[in-house]
Amino acid sequence: MNMKKTTKTICTLIAAAAFIVLLVFLESNKNKYGMAVTVLQKGFILAVVAVSMNLLNGFTGLFSLGQAGFMALGAYTYAIFTIPVESRASVYYISGMNPVLAGIELPMLVALVAAGLMAAAFAAVIGFPVLRLKSDYLAIATLGFSEIIRALIASPQMDTITNGSYGLKSIPAASIYVVVGLCIICIAIMALLINSSFGRAFKAIREDEIAAEAMGINLLKHKELAFVISSFFAGIGGGLLAMFMRSIDSSTFKIAMTYDILLIVVIGGMGSITGSVLSALLVTASKEWWLRFFDEPLTIAGVNIPLFRNGFRMVIFSILLMVVVLFYRRGIMGTSEFSWEGLTGLIKSIPSRVTSLFHKKEGAAR
Amino acid sequence: MSKNLLEIKDLSVSYGGIRAVKGISFEVPEGEVVTLIGANGAGKSSTLRSIAGLEKPAGGSILFDGKELVQMGTEQIVTTGITLVPEGRRVFPNLSVLENLKIGAYQRKDSLDQDIAWIYGLFPRLEERSWQMAGTLSGGEQQMLAIGRALMSKPKLIMMDEPSLGLAPIVVQGVFDIIKEINKQGVTILLVEQNANMALKAAHRAYVMETGKITLSGTGKELAENEEVKAAYLGKAKNK
Repeated sequence: MNMKKTTKTICTLIAAAAFIVLLVFLESNKNKYGMAVTVLQKGFILAVVAVSMNLLNGFTGLFSLGQAGFMALGAYTYAIFTIPVESRASVYYISGMNPVLAGIELPMLVALVAAGLMAAAFAAVIGFPVLRLKSDYLAIATLGFSEIIRALIASPQMDTITNGSYGLKSIPAASIYVVVGLCIICIAIMALLINSSFGRAFKAIREDEIAAEAMGINLLKHKELAFVISSFFAGIGGGLLAMFMRSIDSSTFKIAMTYDILLIVVIGGMGSITGSVLSALLVTASKEWWLRFFDEPLTIAGVNIPLFRNGFRMVIFSILLMVVVLFYRRGIMGTSEFSWEGLTGLIKSIPSRVTSLFHKKEGAAR
Repeated sequence: MSKNLLEIKDLSVSYGGIRAVKGISFEVPEGEVVTLIGANGAGKSSTLRSIAGLEKPAGGSILFDGKELVQMGTEQIVTTGITLVPEGRRVFPNLSVLENLKIGAYQRKDSLDQDIAWIYGLFPRLEERSWQMAGTLSGGEQQMLAIGRALMSKPKLIMMDEPSLGLAPIVVQGVFDIIKEINKQGVTILLVEQNANMALKAAHRAYVMETGKITLSGTGKELAENEEVKAAYLGKAKNK
């Protein structure tokens, strides 16, 4: 099934145009579609972090669980440098702000790059000892690092810099165009990197370290590179999250955050960029929006259904996750990427899939 | 007499106090096929791994084209012109054949199109399977891919660690035909084999390794007719 190149370009352009129209529509009807606006922004931000985690876990084969820590570094760096100087006194009302930092206010983009660099710098330093570890041990070491960062940020000794456990607020807002646009740029940069010869070297390391080394790929150098780049974008993701939420708190960056991201990566497919993006949007939408009605009390024919109450949506969400993992063992996309051929192939195969589902039951057991 | 491309002097390799290679010396002349044969644990693979820079030698010198390799890392050694085809093929299973070949040329920055065409000329089967995942190839095809991948770095010397391992006899014959073909095209070959019969037939020069030492050397033909070699490696009884 080969589509003409022009047809594909036209499809892509139409999709891009439709997306822009959607953004404009949502921005001008913000109050009516508040939930969609929130989900789209949060989904894209999580997509950036998920792709950065995929770069490390899916493409380079390094099982790292430090994403939340790097996000925290990015979020705090971004917040500290962008809170307007005049509102800093009210934010740091407990112990005041460190005099060195108090006068520095950076433009949004500069602060965002600084957020990425801060995370990357920490990654570079801990990478040398930590990346000598393999699989589970690496996961535990990075998990520990992430918790240390969170504990440091929340500690009273850091009050004048991070405002300790009180969190930071009054972070300037940005429009949906800025947030989504920046996310797309970050994802595009990572996609280009993965498709370059560096990306091939990362995949070679994932596949077979010994063979990769024999081909002249310096293992430690490339692992370090993947780790630093992944952390850089996790830091940017944290900065974007701060930009979107407008107030941050160290408890946002608990281990649960890393698990959320890992879940997105696994559902989307380890080793698929489009899978991570798709899954970030789907997971965020179902968690925050589509399953909301499970939390509302429900009355059918005068009978109050007892299960429908606050928190029930998370039960449904977990069940859905299990179903997805059971039926798509390698995630929605596996290791393949989205293509127009794949989409048309999928649509064309739906009738035969449905009939096979009814004709032989063993199809589902596979 | 051609000059020596690779000269090994007193090379020794240790693994945590155990000496696997105990001070061996040998030469690989330019344009020849040289083979190291010997039983399991004789130190053949360790020798290749230390030449490729994957193992730090405990002592001795490795001169390649007049350059000392002992202090170099694998990346530099690959750039200098030596590539190892690792034991057990070790292709990248979830990457396509083409991607595997491109990774072989990782240290090169120039255009690859010509070399990919050359590899596809040598192995037409790989061209047919260009987009297939390497893990889905048969054992013989994977060995072809492993050799092709190594050739992509344009080596002057290619070292092969047991290319016949786990392959059917007819496929082994194919692998050795390819080895001769590559050699004809000007690549020097250092071959480690347990299949002594095939290796000695293909080689201009051969060395026998036993427990970390070289015990015999000569042309391939000489060793193939040597009584001790026959008894130990070719499965033929000594003529009394």
